Amino acid sequence: MLCPHRITIITGHYGTGKTEFAVNLALHMAQRGDRVTLADLDIVNPYFRSRERRDLLTANGVSLISSSQACSDADVPSLPPQLHAIMDDRRITGILDIGGDKVGARVLARYRPRLIREDYHLLYVLNANRPEVRDVSSAITYLRDIESVTGLRCFGIVNNTHLCGETTPEDVRKGAALAMAVSEETGIPIVCHVAHEDHISALSDLREPLFPIQIRMKKPWEYPTITGRRSPK
Amino acid sequence: MAKELWKGNEAIAEAAIRAGCDCFFGYPITPQSEVPEYMSVHLPKAGGVFVQSESEIAAINMVYGAGGSGKRAMTSSSSPGISLKQEGITYLAGAEVPAVIVNCMRGGPGLGTIQPGQGDYYQATRGGGNGDYRTVVLAPSNVQEAVDFVQEAFDIADEYRNPVMVVMDGLIGQMMEPIEWKEYKRRASTEKPWAAGGKFGRDHTNIINSLYIEPEACDIHNQHLTVKFNLMAEKEVRYETVNCEDAEIIITSYGTPARIALSAMEVLAAEGIKVGLFRPITLWPFPEKALHDLAGKDHVKHILDIELSSTGQMIDDVRLAVEGQKPISYLGRAGGMMPSVEEMVDAVYKALGKEVK
Repeated sequence: MLCPHRITIITGHYGTGKTEFAVNLALHMAQRGDRVTLADLDIVNPYFRSRERRDLLTANGVSLISSSQACSDADVPSLPPQLHAIMDDRRITGILDIGGDKVGARVLARYRPRLIREDYHLLYVLNANRPEVRDVSSAITYLRDIESVTGLRCFGIVNNTHLCGETTPEDVRKGAALAMAVSEETGIPIVCHVAHEDHISALSDLREPLFPIQIRMKKPWEYPTITGRRSPK
Repeated sequence: MAKELWKGNEAIAEAAIRAGCDCFFGYPITPQSEVPEYMSVHLPKAGGVFVQSESEIAAINMVYGAGGSGKRAMTSSSSPGISLKQEGITYLAGAEVPAVIVNCMRGGPGLGTIQPGQGDYYQATRGGGNGDYRTVVLAPSNVQEAVDFVQEAFDIADEYRNPVMVVMDGLIGQMMEPIEWKEYKRRASTEKPWAAGGKFGRDHTNIINSLYIEPEACDIHNQHLTVKFNLMAEKEVRYETVNCEDAEIIITSYGTPARIALSAMEVLAAEGIKVGLFRPITLWPFPEKALHDLAGKDHVKHILDIELSSTGQMIDDVRLAVEGQKPISYLGRAGGMMPSVEEMVDAVYKALGKEVK
């Protein structure tokens, strides 16, 4: 089972695709019967947030907690008090989507004393096409920075190597090689390789589990649109 | 070269460094803060100077000083911050100092919203500062264009000794997209014999100045600038057309809405509507003649202007270019909202007086 721990914390350099992974993971967990709460704790990025998919998540039984909910586009790094529910209520499967980099990961530090008493794991999302984490040493530097800022240890690597709409299975393989090298150097296991569901069959030879996703964080020109009313195909 | 995934704001900062940007002066404001953030880390490593100024006004005046000394200087901000820079921009234009100014536009007026907008079209194309001046205004529609245009902006600025603006809605600054780093080639000489960067044995002192107190002298200076603006208007105009050859309706749009329009056009084409896109790439000089000629074609029945603006701003230039040859409709969203593919499709049907399928 993918991510069997009660609380999954998703971190990584920004632009690696944490939110896309988080939204897909939440839907996956809800489908397998978990009572899922996804917390959007990104205090760095103002756009492309999981809260933009609130309707989709809610319709699929996922509760969404987002920072400064009363005014979700305020440029204020405030954190939602509802977050404590994830730690206090052990019936909940929680996903914490953390903003990019060690700057974004700093929000986790205040919850450390509470988190370490729970069954949690912290994941590090890697995209080999992002210039600042494309080689082993820089990828490890970012990983260690996030660990030192949060005071939490990384349990697993998620290879989410993509090039948005231009992603090919070769990109996933490139990321798999980077993830493998990071894993060998650090001893941290690879949790999964994320791939669009259309690419899964072309990647079946990879040793670690594949996590098939659909693109949920669409840009305004990417159709069919959310309402699906007009699709040319 | 293999493509890499870059965030728009980081990419334009890196593009500027690769284009030989010597100095960056800026102040944080969402949604452009990644530009100064990236510059603060990477520009000093490339031998340049980064200063986080005490205000936007200070930043543009630092650009004025650095540009006047012959350095390639740049600043960036978002809408309310660009308003603060207008005084500096008119001084740059008056004193003929090259500079690159990026506006990662958000919704207004006033503080508005941090979400994307295009409400600064008038400010960019009419000159938000005082006096008779023009700035070339480049409007990218994706991250690759943002990279390419920022690099070219330095060349255009140097060539005409004039500030150049790159304006993009916040989405382009914030989004991730695959881009390719092309080899950057300067299009003009790097010599700046006019610069006040040291006398270096010259027999005269170079002076950077926009004050011409004698009316005759100020008139001559204005005439000189006008010759230059006319040359820019003649040589720098750029636009893109898509499927305009037999279109019955032309969408005029730039930046992100132009990109949404391409998706709407696919939907409309599948439903049998002949629709084209006319996308100004330079907002000033506006591609007036090209749009005028296109609107005059028999197959074109209607123009639909689409902007991230409640009132419509570019539509004034569209009207001036079309000169009443064809009717013009408008679709605008503001406050950070985007017109959807569906809304554009419906607006096309409405403009053509056809029933929505």
